[in-house]
Amino acid sequence: MNNFAIALPEIFMLVAACIVLVASLFVHENNRTTIYWASQATLVVTLILSFGQIGNEASTAFQGAYGLDAMSSVLKSWILLVAIGGFLYSRDYINERDIARGEYYVLGLFGVSGMMIMVSAVHMLTLYLGLELLALSLYAMVALNRSNSDASEAAMKYFVLGALASGMLLYGMSMIYGATGSLSLTTIHEILAGDSANSFGARFGLTFVIVGIAFKLGAVPFHMWVPDVYDGAPTSVALFIGTAPKIAAFAMIIRLLVDGLETLSVDWQLMLAILAALSMIVGNLLAIAQTNIKRMLAYSTISHVGFLLLGIISATPEGYSASMFYAITYAFTTLAAFGVLLALSRGGYEAVNLNDLSGLAKRNVLLAVVMMVAMVSLAGVPPMVGFYAKLVVLKAAVSADFIWLAIIGVAMSVIGAFYYLRIIKLMFFDEPLLPDTTAPSVDVSAGLAVNGAAVVVLGIFPGLIMAACVAAFA
Amino acid sequence: MPILSLTIWLPILAGLAIIALSGSAAKYTALGVAVLTFLISLSLWFGFDTTTADMQFRESVAWLPAFDVNYALGVDGISMPLIVLTTLINIIVVISAWEVIKDRVGMYLGAFQIMTGLMVGVFSALDAILFYIFFEATLLPMFLIIGIWGGPKRVYATIKFFLYTFLGSVFMLVALIYLYRVGGSFSILGMHMLELGAREQFWIFLAFFAAFAVKIPMWPVHTWLPDAHVEAPTAGSAVLAAIMLKMGGYGFLRFSLPIVPDASGELGGFMIAISLVAVVYIGFVALAQQDMKKLIAYSSISHMGFVTLGTFIAFMLIGKGDIDGVALGIEGAMMQMVSHGFISAAMFLCVGVIYDRMHTREIADYGGVMNVMPKFGAFMVFFAMANAGLPGTSGFVGEFMVILASFRANFWLAFLGAMTLILGAAYTLWMVKRVLFGDVANDNVAALTDVTSREFWMLASLAFFVLLLGLWPDLLANVMHASVENLVQHISIAKY
Repeated sequence: MNNFAIALPEIFMLVAACIVLVASLFVHENNRTTIYWASQATLVVTLILSFGQIGNEASTAFQGAYGLDAMSSVLKSWILLVAIGGFLYSRDYINERDIARGEYYVLGLFGVSGMMIMVSAVHMLTLYLGLELLALSLYAMVALNRSNSDASEAAMKYFVLGALASGMLLYGMSMIYGATGSLSLTTIHEILAGDSANSFGARFGLTFVIVGIAFKLGAVPFHMWVPDVYDGAPTSVALFIGTAPKIAAFAMIIRLLVDGLETLSVDWQLMLAILAALSMIVGNLLAIAQTNIKRMLAYSTISHVGFLLLGIISATPEGYSASMFYAITYAFTTLAAFGVLLALSRGGYEAVNLNDLSGLAKRNVLLAVVMMVAMVSLAGVPPMVGFYAKLVVLKAAVSADFIWLAIIGVAMSVIGAFYYLRIIKLMFFDEPLLPDTTAPSVDVSAGLAVNGAAVVVLGIFPGLIMAACVAAFA
Repeated sequence: MPILSLTIWLPILAGLAIIALSGSAAKYTALGVAVLTFLISLSLWFGFDTTTADMQFRESVAWLPAFDVNYALGVDGISMPLIVLTTLINIIVVISAWEVIKDRVGMYLGAFQIMTGLMVGVFSALDAILFYIFFEATLLPMFLIIGIWGGPKRVYATIKFFLYTFLGSVFMLVALIYLYRVGGSFSILGMHMLELGAREQFWIFLAFFAAFAVKIPMWPVHTWLPDAHVEAPTAGSAVLAAIMLKMGGYGFLRFSLPIVPDASGELGGFMIAISLVAVVYIGFVALAQQDMKKLIAYSSISHMGFVTLGTFIAFMLIGKGDIDGVALGIEGAMMQMVSHGFISAAMFLCVGVIYDRMHTREIADYGGVMNVMPKFGAFMVFFAMANAGLPGTSGFVGEFMVILASFRANFWLAFLGAMTLILGAAYTLWMVKRVLFGDVANDNVAALTDVTSREFWMLASLAFFVLLLGLWPDLLANVMHASVENLVQHISIAKY
């Protein structure tokens, strides 16, 4: 029995994306905003559709390849929300740089579809399809700025390493298939739970799956592509890579490691613990040395991936909800930070170096305050939402007897605080080096204000998101 | 009526609004808010039941049910005086900024209002996570205050301040989470009752120590304080010394002692030793300072040494079975905290008064100020005497109680502690002598004008409280008795 309704948001999204693709061929270059608004409308309608699915009973469709549960509709809604923000902040930036052809938005929409498919996949093939749909869209987006050699280099690197990671993941999946005879994650779970003696092959496959996941997430030591891609890609694309895909990657980990291989948790706990510790240490230490904001944010992402893993490592529902909370809040906090960079990269300027932020408080108070809120939140200082995110993952790690990991985490977050504070210092204590940029357009300012306010308000009332995260693993 | 919530959130929300204001609108709003907050907090003082050690004015709302975090507030005799002190100093802070701060005055006063609310939150939180949030959130306004309105080396000072305190407190966070894991609750009062083994207590004590020793600050983790004090604007130094340091002392009394009493006892000797180092060695360091603010900063560290001495001498006395002495030491520490709140704020404001006129803090640039500023000179001499622990001022009471308690434990400890009476007098009075007395040193000094009526009333009100507590210490001691007794009972019973 096929239950197409559960895939309604994705179906709508793909159809609409195809329409936008075709329509963009007929829309004149000077009339780009039509495509922008069409894409935003697509995202908004999809958001409404998937928001409407929150609270629906869990069910599967397409012969058990596709599932809807409490986690998936919440994560999809957040992915869409973050993507809407991402498109909004990117619009003026790409209009100025001649990368605002229809493809940009269409690739973005396909990427979002890919993420939604990853979130809903309960079958390894579906999961892989979603992942590749996302990855291929991102490779192309990085390379959109054809004339820029940095961008091409970044795209090349991203593509080659991404393909390698996909290969690892596929190899691992094939091993697991060999050991269990199934690609459906629920069936794999049942088989491994019933017959643990036969799990050697699955364990072998698990190692490769973890490598693939670590590549996609950018966890140390599989992080080398992250700074180069953030740096080489247009800032709007770096925003796209750095935000919503983290939510999707979280879902992928849950699907593979929890839904599928939870019985092997003793094995993957330790592997992830090592990845998490290295990511937190290397990410934070290397971020200090960066003078380029995008590279700094890239290393900061790496360190946050480490924190995100802390919750999953605990292998308890409480820990999974903690990581889910972390992924969501991280995505919209980073969105605000990139939004400010994009707002500054206009009028012939490109905010690339830390010094470009100097004296921002005197140039544009709104942007400076939003950036400050984002930085403080990423540093994990209360009362911003980033503190709560750190608190819940640390709590999960301590509950699972990973106290050493929690101590590494908090010690590294102090080191992290240094480079986030440096940004605040530049914006508030230093004098402006650049002339006034024209204020961002009203909708972008409003979006940033709401985004910044969300970081604070959700920090004071974290229960608003937390309830959904807990329900997802109840 | 939720008095505590009102005392916390009125200044925070009003502070956010004041940031958007400018000029005199900001000043008058801030003053109004500060006075109103103080009046509200006075109802804590007058409505306080001194016969019980239970938490009073309690409020509790489930905040994050999924993780058992509650918005739980309440005060006892240890926290309530500190809250009133906070709101009182806040009024003085607004007045001190009146004509001095010209750049972004709305932001400046708004930040101080927000900080006041957060500090009241620190003293009234009964949930460990809530406490941690308030404790850490105070860093951000202070970071901006020092960084934006501070002196030439403000960036270095403020980042050092932030990272030092942040590093200390994150370990406390891990300890709090661990305690949650053991006891299943973030309630601070619940944590007091937890049965903990020796090894656990040892590590938890160290985590708390990291947070509170940096905050108070104890030697040798005090180095952020002189930098922060010197670079901070006058009001920033005053709040830092008067209130923020007390968060460390309060933390020892609220967390370290009752949650891990056995480890506190075991490491008590170590704590007493480094407290005495602070009292004696830092006293000598203060003697060598050329910069007035730095001198007062070191004097603060030295005085805070008395707070930790009074707190941890308790365990030596428990060993001797001298329960009265324990209470004496802890009450002395509390007295010292409140008294130091007034005196250090006053000293920093005194320096601020002449700094605003001369734009230098070097002692060598002054001399004979008394000749041109007699009223100011009188105040400064008075506060200097109080700082040196002159009987009749509040500075005497706390030090005397702590020294008495030390005597009951060990003569030599008391002897070393009492060195402060000599050293404190030496460095404070020598500074006063060089700044105030003698001939008029130079033309700049000759051109000074005496205190304005704003400055006069600001200093006079602090002088009033210094005298009040000096002459009538029972006013404060009465409030604390029941809670301190309870604490003493609690810590004198081993947990394992």
